[in-house]
Amino acid sequence: MTRGVAAFVALLLVCGACADSADDDTVLVLAAASLTDAFAEIEVAFEGANPGIDVQLNLAGSTALREQIFQGAPADVFASANAATMQAVVNAGDANEPQLFASNTLVLAVPIDNPAGVTGPGDLADPDRLVGLCAAAVPCGDFARQALDQLGIEAVPDTNELDVRALLTKIEAGELDVGMVYATDVAASDLVRGIALPPRAEVEIVYPIATLPDGSNPSQATAFVDFVLSATGQQILADFGFGAP
Amino acid sequence: MKDRVRDQQPRRRVRSRAPWQLVVLGSIGAAVFVLPLVGLATRTPWSRLVELVSSDIVVDALKLSVTTSLIAALICLIVGVPLAWLLARTEFPGRRVLRSIVTLPMVLPPVVGGAALLFALGRRGVVGEPLNEATGFLLPFSMWGVVVANVFVAMPFLVVTVEGALNNLNARYEVAAATLGASRLTVFRRVTLPMIAPSLRAGLVLAWARALGEFGATITFAGNLQGRTQTLPIAVFVALESDRDTAVAISLVLVVVSLVVLMVLRDRWWSRT
Repeated sequence: MTRGVAAFVALLLVCGACADSADDDTVLVLAAASLTDAFAEIEVAFEGANPGIDVQLNLAGSTALREQIFQGAPADVFASANAATMQAVVNAGDANEPQLFASNTLVLAVPIDNPAGVTGPGDLADPDRLVGLCAAAVPCGDFARQALDQLGIEAVPDTNELDVRALLTKIEAGELDVGMVYATDVAASDLVRGIALPPRAEVEIVYPIATLPDGSNPSQATAFVDFVLSATGQQILADFGFGAP
Repeated sequence: MKDRVRDQQPRRRVRSRAPWQLVVLGSIGAAVFVLPLVGLATRTPWSRLVELVSSDIVVDALKLSVTTSLIAALICLIVGVPLAWLLARTEFPGRRVLRSIVTLPMVLPPVVGGAALLFALGRRGVVGEPLNEATGFLLPFSMWGVVVANVFVAMPFLVVTVEGALNNLNARYEVAAATLGASRLTVFRRVTLPMIAPSLRAGLVLAWARALGEFGATITFAGNLQGRTQTLPIAVFVALESDRDTAVAISLVLVVVSLVVLMVLRDRWWSRT
């Protein structure tokens, strides 16, 4: 019994040591949920171009990532889905000078067979339809409400999802009739169809990226940010439906 | 019942004789639970607490959480006890597999459970689609969706506790009742249930507590809408994104409500065997 405990403790110590030594080769990237697919491909391309470097992605809602940074989560790079969230991190001294690397637009997403016959944003105000938005506290929900304000539409959501991927999943499953998501989410899914918003509902959605001063691997963090901004990185983002910054 | 109580030796506390190794390790164990509470208390905006916890969002979420967790606990009781009895007292093919499936939600990430519920009971789900076509009833995004998610994650706690008690039960009382002519249902109601009452209460409290804290399955299956599906845990999560003071205040409400209930019930129910 005692020997078993000792062996277990020894194992922990060894693992702790190996985790430490791996730090130099690991770049920890916090990225907004809407970047999931694009950054997965950028990760592969970056690791291909930099053998021995391991990119680890932590994908979540931008504000959840902001909280993680504030609470001292270890990270080298932060890519946010909105400028305000990034600005808060910069103001707190937890991020270096950010650079814009992509842009996005909002669209309505409906299940591929559009069972409720949704035609436009006016349907978001129809109480008989199952309508989903992102929660106002997360960027996609904030942008959606800005767009709805500009259109003068009072939406009646049946759910305020906590991140855009959760919302998309419920539309893909046909559990919701319509929701407002990013154009890139619709481009990435075979199970939903996009309906463009009128031009006057346009909201400026830009994605800033920054290295973090408390990261353990500043040189590789800078290399990763440069890679995202490079022609290769920009091409991958364009393939996933992102606009130029 | 009475001679069972008399059989038990009174448990005496022998604090002075505790080996220091156990004290050290046990204290570390205790710190795991106490430290987060201390952290919460240090972040609590005490002066604005009343104002924060009496906001619409918190009141709506508290009402919904209390209602849905109580309904869920009741449902767990009504169907969970018979299920535990079947698992403990009958032989049928697939019983062992069923027992594992019943306890699965204790291990499974609740989000997975929520997604599985959606695929089964959602508008396009195997059961949900015919149900919706026949009755127009829709579980996701409704209060009943929250209840279903709660039942899914909470019932295993009741079933496991009650099944364990049934397995440890001395069968002679049940046999005696049966030989005296009681029907099998009467034996269950008048002999078995009273004898497992302490475990049943403990299991019920555990199930209720689990339902009250439910987050992952609920958000995945029922969504998030204030007053309809936004329970306290979901309200905490939403508030964390925008307003940390409110998040801390709601967390404190959850801690206090849970702690009071657990302490009262522990004294009243669990120690009285």
